[in-house]
Amino acid sequence: MNLKKILLTGAAIACLAGAVSANTLRWGSARDINSLDPYSYGSTFTISFLNHVYEGLVRYNADLKIEPALATSWEVLPGNIWRFHLREGVKFQDGADFTADDVVASLTRVSDPASPLKGNLPAYVSSKKVDDHTVDIQVNGTYPLLLNDLTNIHMFDAGWLKAHDAEKPTDVAKKIEGYATFHANGTGPFMVESRVPDSKTVLVANPNWWDKRQGNVDRIEFTPIASAATRVAALLGGEIDFTEAAPLQDLPRLAASPNLKVLEGSELRTIMFGFNMRDKLHNGQPNPFKDLKVRQAVAMAIDLNRIHDKVMRGKGRVSGTYVAPKIPGYSADQDVPVAYDPDKAAQLIKEAGAEGASFELVCANDVWVNEEEICNAVVSMLTRVGLKPTLSIGPNAVQQIKQSSGEADMFSFGWANEPMLDAYSILLQVFETKSDNAGVFNWGGWSYPEIDKLIQSASVEMDRDKRLKMESDALKLVKDNLIMIPFHQQPMSWAVSDKVESVVQQSDNKARHWLTVMKATN
Amino acid sequence: MIVFLIKRLFNAVMVMLVVALMAFMIFRFVGDPIQLMVNEQTTQAEKDALRQSLGLNDPFPVQYARFVAHAVQGDFGVSYRNQQDVMSLIAERFPATFELVLVATIISLVVGVPLGVVTAIHRGRWFSEGLQFLSIIGVSLPSFVIGILLILVFAVMLNIAPSFGRGDVVAIGWWTTGFLTPSGRAALVLPSIALSFYQITLVMRLVRAEMLEVLRSDFVKFARARGIPAWRIHYRHALRNCLMPVVTMTAMNVGSLIAFALITETVFQWPGMGLLFLQAVTFVDIPVMAAYLCIVSFIFVALNTLVDITYALIDPRLRAARS
Amino acid sequence: MTSTDTPAPGRLARLRQSDLWWSFCHHKSAVAAAILLAALILTAFAAPLYVPQNPFDPAQLDLMNAEYPPYWMEGGQWPYLLGTDTQGRDILSAILYGSRISILIGIASVALSLVVGIGLGLVAGYFGGITDNLLMRVGDVLLSIPTILIAILVSAIVRGLLPPGLRDYGAAGVLVLAIVLSAWVQYARTVRAQAAVEKGKEYVQAARLLKVPARRIMLRHILPNTLTPILVAATLNFGMAILTEATLSFLGIGMPASQPSLGTLIRLGNQFLFSGLWWVVIFPVLDLCLLVVSVNLLGDWLRDALNPKLR
Repeated sequence: MNLKKILLTGAAIACLAGAVSANTLRWGSARDINSLDPYSYGSTFTISFLNHVYEGLVRYNADLKIEPALATSWEVLPGNIWRFHLREGVKFQDGADFTADDVVASLTRVSDPASPLKGNLPAYVSSKKVDDHTVDIQVNGTYPLLLNDLTNIHMFDAGWLKAHDAEKPTDVAKKIEGYATFHANGTGPFMVESRVPDSKTVLVANPNWWDKRQGNVDRIEFTPIASAATRVAALLGGEIDFTEAAPLQDLPRLAASPNLKVLEGSELRTIMFGFNMRDKLHNGQPNPFKDLKVRQAVAMAIDLNRIHDKVMRGKGRVSGTYVAPKIPGYSADQDVPVAYDPDKAAQLIKEAGAEGASFELVCANDVWVNEEEICNAVVSMLTRVGLKPTLSIGPNAVQQIKQSSGEADMFSFGWANEPMLDAYSILLQVFETKSDNAGVFNWGGWSYPEIDKLIQSASVEMDRDKRLKMESDALKLVKDNLIMIPFHQQPMSWAVSDKVESVVQQSDNKARHWLTVMKATN
Repeated sequence: MIVFLIKRLFNAVMVMLVVALMAFMIFRFVGDPIQLMVNEQTTQAEKDALRQSLGLNDPFPVQYARFVAHAVQGDFGVSYRNQQDVMSLIAERFPATFELVLVATIISLVVGVPLGVVTAIHRGRWFSEGLQFLSIIGVSLPSFVIGILLILVFAVMLNIAPSFGRGDVVAIGWWTTGFLTPSGRAALVLPSIALSFYQITLVMRLVRAEMLEVLRSDFVKFARARGIPAWRIHYRHALRNCLMPVVTMTAMNVGSLIAFALITETVFQWPGMGLLFLQAVTFVDIPVMAAYLCIVSFIFVALNTLVDITYALIDPRLRAARS
Repeated sequence: MTSTDTPAPGRLARLRQSDLWWSFCHHKSAVAAAILLAALILTAFAAPLYVPQNPFDPAQLDLMNAEYPPYWMEGGQWPYLLGTDTQGRDILSAILYGSRISILIGIASVALSLVVGIGLGLVAGYFGGITDNLLMRVGDVLLSIPTILIAILVSAIVRGLLPPGLRDYGAAGVLVLAIVLSAWVQYARTVRAQAAVEKGKEYVQAARLLKVPARRIMLRHILPNTLTPILVAATLNFGMAILTEATLSFLGIGMPASQPSLGTLIRLGNQFLFSGLWWVVIFPVLDLCLLVVSVNLLGDWLRDALNPKLR
């Protein structure tokens, strides 16, 4: 009797264990997320990962169009106020109800002066609870892109923030670690089970998710594997089921493996190279890049097609402009790369008196696809036309400080226009003259009043077509002045094991594993 | 004896204080800590206030004393990169490194001792000369090359061992262990072999040298004369006599193994302290660097002191000579 | 310190040469290692005379030539005998230039730690007292931190402090400094111990009474007696220095990709280990291993040959 009972219990446990491990997705990523706090770091990758746990008021659907999420509907009231009606019956993972207070607390937190993400919500002024499921958001003028901004502003539970003294964004300076950095409580399809930074983060399905679950993943084991070779070894050895960063050079081998499938495409992110436009280079010499001729020469000296063929192995898409075709504001007639002409480049450099000018190219080795190799190739190509570049390479966390503080004479740059998905994003944050809300990423200190004027009129233009025309006119001016040299839309290269039936891959290069379907195992 | 103990402990404490001074100088002078903590919008007044509140305007000795006082309590501040208390960050990684080093040490003894005995007994024979030659190759191969080759052969070509990470671990209190799960044990195989390689050759050479010495000694000659079988002489008497230095060296080398583990951990993405430290180096995460330096040196110094004291307890001659 | 009036090598040669030479000639692996080492060093230093490319000059790298396999394989191109990497860099040229850097760093760090270690060791042993105590305590501290850790910390910190323009050019110097910092202690201790013993001997006392200058006593009488163990240690340390340099470069805190040493080449090539570009990583690995093995074989033979117990 007893024995039978024990056997039964054992069997039940075995079954349970089987069920739990049945649909485990082992995700081997190129890098770790920065934090469990979506407001701690302006990283697209971190935010897209945390989107499994937290959600915004609205979200992008499968066609990258905006659809309701935690808000069901909204309207614009006079006085630059947007009214949102919240979804009822949504619960946080700790059981608390989702209400208007949570929206107000979240927006207050993300717009705090110390919040690294406040640039993602540039027009926000204040928010007010109307009733339990209605919120008013005040913006600073006519502003067409609030919904786009809100797609990636994740909603916290006000009570949870208060209980754990995390109502303000994490502040390293105060020597306290934020509670939200290591704990999470969202409304999303997955819950955080455990996290060891740089080692493993485990998510489990949230059984009480408000939305209909289309995928069948019960558990995600997320492991950062920084080394490309190790990642490939892990894929080939069947140790991981998914990676969002399969090294380009290994795609043929991965695709040839019977147990693996490779998913490719071009993503929205455009890679470009920018210049310092201040009077002096970082080494104190006069800055040759202030001369348009030199910038043109640099563009002519770089053989984009060869980089595409050799470094990118024919993946991705050579681009003549700063935004991908899918981004509103793109115009095809600008999308013609500067023709490769090293002789003309060398001649222009001579004319400008910039022969032998030495400067530093600052690149990172852990952000964009094959960035280190691209930068090495650029150094070779520029050396051959008579310039003297040296390459500074390191992790992004270190390099970006140099780039943003004007220490970089020339630098690599990538912009996906996320989460806004509109060319206004790059125009406002990168190409406009630096001011309070604009030009946050204006690393070279450039200023073109005619471009600023176009951007500012676009920001208050509610007519979509007129607005997009202004944006593409502004982009044309950017191209004419070669503030940056566009390179390409970088390739997406995902790989999945044969345990995965289907994954959804969008051109925003974000994994959405609540949609992922795994094969039934027995 | 008491004098010796006190002297030895005092020495260890002095060394640790100097190490702490180095750690503190890194912390204080490599990059402005304020610059690393604030963001672009912080005003000069706020920076000055922060500087004052962190005590960065105090005289140098005061700051150093405070650093030591905090370090003794295990408070090394907050990691710039992970925004987590440094001590708990390191405590989280310590079990991974410890288990790796433990297994590597065991492997080095289990493989190294018999090899050393064999090469000593059969000195001059072709296989022991061959082993000697192999051991030179063993010390000459950089450990990252061994790691890469092991991954290439056993993980990719043969696909019989995992190439990265620690597998599943079981938490026992704050400790996590990979010994209790099949995937955890499998994950240990390649990294611990890679880490033990160098140590094996050291053990083997030490055992060989000690054995040769002992085999020449009078008591072995007597034993031979008495007709005791050779294997008994070799393994019961001679080996026992040379185990002491082997144990000593093994204990003293645990500290450097922990440090060397950082290379193995990098190659195998093993989530230990070394990987954490190396990431801290590339990201200029000073508190983690300072803490790692102090902790590894502490382990190193503590083991050395312990070995010295044990020796003194066992061997009174040494005690007399030292004090 | 190491001025021309040092008579030590000559004396050592006279004392040891016949024995050593005999032992050397009858030790097959030592002869083989010496020949191999000489060949590796010669080919590396003469490289600019005959390799097809200067791999440190970015203007000579062309993506056009990227990823050729070794010459004897299908698709191989003359003159890229061992193939090219993803940047169009000739692997043979890169290895030879790279091993030149590795060897130079090895020699420089051994030479510098010899000078520092012997100098400080003589002073400490001869004069004793506070100087001795201080120097030996500094040595204790350095020995209480594992060498690899010192090397990583020094190279990370010094590189951080250098102005950006100097970082690439200074990389080799930083590596030498990082290696020397932990290597000198061993020499200092050996010399100090010997100096402390010799100092008490009658001939030194006599010389002192005759007011022979301390410098002369140290260099003429004490130093030669310490040379045997130091020579062995220096040979083995040369191998260790090359390994340490390779390890740091492999970890990404050594030589930059624009002036790759062997370790840097292995780090860069490691990313392509599974992509079929095996030649990018295997050849540098092979060269590094041959280099260190030959040095260690020589060191091993030297230790046995100079050890009176084993003779």
